[in-house]
Amino acid sequence: MLSFIVTALFSGAVYLLLTAGSGSVLRFWSSQELLVALLVAIVVGFVARTYFASARRRAAANPFRWLQAVAYVVGPFFAEMAKANLDVAYRVITGRIRPGIVRVQTGMETDMGTLLMANSITLTPGTLTVNVDEESNDLFVHMINVPAGMETRETVAVRDLFALFDCPRWVRRIAE
Amino acid sequence: MTRWIFTVLVMVALMLLAMVRLLKGPTSADRVVALDAINTLVVAAMIVLAVVFRQFIFVDVAIIYALLAFVGTLYIAKYLGGEL
Amino acid sequence: MILSTLIWISLVVGMTFNALGVIGILRFPDVYTRLHADTKATTFGSIFTSLAVVLYAGGEFLKDPEGQYETLALHTILAVVVLAFTNATSAHAIARAAHKRGHKPARAVCDRLEETAP
Repeated sequence: MLSFIVTALFSGAVYLLLTAGSGSVLRFWSSQELLVALLVAIVVGFVARTYFASARRRAAANPFRWLQAVAYVVGPFFAEMAKANLDVAYRVITGRIRPGIVRVQTGMETDMGTLLMANSITLTPGTLTVNVDEESNDLFVHMINVPAGMETRETVAVRDLFALFDCPRWVRRIAE
Repeated sequence: MTRWIFTVLVMVALMLLAMVRLLKGPTSADRVVALDAINTLVVAAMIVLAVVFRQFIFVDVAIIYALLAFVGTLYIAKYLGGEL
Repeated sequence: MILSTLIWISLVVGMTFNALGVIGILRFPDVYTRLHADTKATTFGSIFTSLAVVLYAGGEFLKDPEGQYETLALHTILAVVVLAFTNATSAHAIARAAHKRGHKPARAVCDRLEETAP
């Protein structure tokens, strides 16, 4: 039941976002669109409840975590991304690279945490997730510029990949 | 208004540049990378074109294009990895 | 006036990063490094060109609240979120496929994935 409510709320919100500006009820919507949004939310919530949110993971239903996710994306994540782009720009212009694939220990326990961590890694400085070890949730990360000494280490802590903020802690707070 | 049209023209030029890699790319994986870049540029250009033509429906088309291109890229990647 | 300057800056930054991404695709030696240029630079560039559109929509909305400009802004933000998420995931998929196909990272100093592969 909880997974149904979460899925229905989410799909209804996305539908309302897509149809904003269609009328004047509540400033943005027409009454027909609101009715259709309700129908869409119920149908999608019923059909997709098992894919979108499993009943075992109640934490995903916590709205406070969603707010934290938004704060993470506009704050630390965007700063890291800007730094990543300056880094890539520097390497494109100078062509100075030292690539390699390292094994990174994330310490994430859930699939959602691993997914968020992998996507964060892909969009941040000089790193690109290549593969996931399904058993230990370790990530194999291609680095465009391996720091001296890192290539001899068997595994690398995930904190070492981020320069400015402690992104892994944010991801753990959002998704674990 | 000129600035928006200028932006679109620059992006079209970049798409043509990326097509060099698409045609040349020594391996098929390189071609997929170039295709992915072109898809991103098409989405960005469509959003800017919505302002140029004042047709805001273009942005909806861009969203759908991004999602469909994502599915396409995933299938090509699966095929290249020999899982299909 | 300030808004117009901000829009110009966003457009120029966006175009610069898009151009760097495409040049990176042409310049880098192998598929993994090309993916770096592709995912990071073009995603960031597209975020900035879209930011220019959002700023423009905000400015026009203040002038003419009936002109559907809030639709433009909301949908552009949605498109950017979709773009950032799908780009990262498809980069992951391409890299995995390339490694499964046996492409070695060029000039690599270490390759831990190769050692664990069965």
